[in-house]
Amino acid sequence: MKITDIFKKKSSSDVAKDRLKLVLVSDRASCSPELMQRIRSDIIEVLSKYAEIDMDGIDINFTQMDTEDNATGTVPALYANIPIKNMNHNVK
Amino acid sequence: MGEVIVITSGKGGVGKTTTTANLGTGLAKLGKKVVLIDTDIGLRNLDVVMGLENRIVYNLVDVIEGNCKRNQALIKDKKYETLFLLPAAQTKDKTSVTPEQMKKLTDELKEEFDYIILDCPAGIEQGFKNAIAGADRALVVTTPEVSAVRDADRIIGLLEANEIKKPQLIVNRLRPDMIKRGDMMSAEDVVDILAVELIGQVPDDENIVVATNNGEPLVGDNSLAGQAYMNICRRVTGENVPFLDLDAKKGIFSWFKKK
Repeated sequence: MKITDIFKKKSSSDVAKDRLKLVLVSDRASCSPELMQRIRSDIIEVLSKYAEIDMDGIDINFTQMDTEDNATGTVPALYANIPIKNMNHNVK
Repeated sequence: MGEVIVITSGKGGVGKTTTTANLGTGLAKLGKKVVLIDTDIGLRNLDVVMGLENRIVYNLVDVIEGNCKRNQALIKDKKYETLFLLPAAQTKDKTSVTPEQMKKLTDELKEEFDYIILDCPAGIEQGFKNAIAGADRALVVTTPEVSAVRDADRIIGLLEANEIKKPQLIVNRLRPDMIKRGDMMSAEDVVDILAVELIGQVPDDENIVVATNNGEPLVGDNSLAGQAYMNICRRVTGENVPFLDLDAKKGIFSWFKKK
């Protein structure tokens, strides 16, 4: 990435490509919004045992990641960004 | 033995019918014996794009139900002796035909014609299932928009699940000026996302609207779209034709720009 790229606004065709790649991953994985919601609430339920979660900042979704050897292109991956307000220290 | 090709897209309004009309006319121009079937029962359109709407007596449902002989329903094109249209019924709905009946019909037509080209309705319901039932090959039409590409991906998945392997892609309504500005995905971008083979890229061309107004497909004329469609026809017959430079503008300014 060049320094000038920071100032360059992303072109709308690049935005389209990125959005498409994301939406097709969940389409192809036949991951319905309901299933996604169940995955999301299960993750939250487990984490809530150990920490207080900032519910407004949660971002969980399927995305694509480059494979480690970069030979086979991209693979689907679960992306989760879950902000924690406080850790529960009284977990037994 | 002929080949059955279905023209499909998922999303409506991306140019399936225009593509079907131009593909059929172009193949007839190349001397092939072609029949076009409008499978969009209830919403027939291919007849007006071909300019044959005044000649319809019988339709697809009449043939299926045995109200007429098959050849009575085939309408001969105005210009090309080897081009025929089997129009859709306008007053019935898509459930009047089953996939098995469609397959039987296309199997019969294969004996007589080089190419049987099916104009598929939008959507993934009964009409789509009818259209793909007897198809040997599929051409998926899309435009460089997120909604159309998403639907194309779904259709490609369904085609492969129905044993129609390796569908080929036509990217329609490309605007080189917008692509250059970064405001439109290029055909390469779309191919990259859908991971299928590209068989055609057609520019957004005013001449298409004029041709449809007149009911005369423009394939093979001097317009960019006319050339693009002719190239698709040649590729369908197995010829290896390089892709057009859609940005080839006429006039003196382009000459200066190149320098």
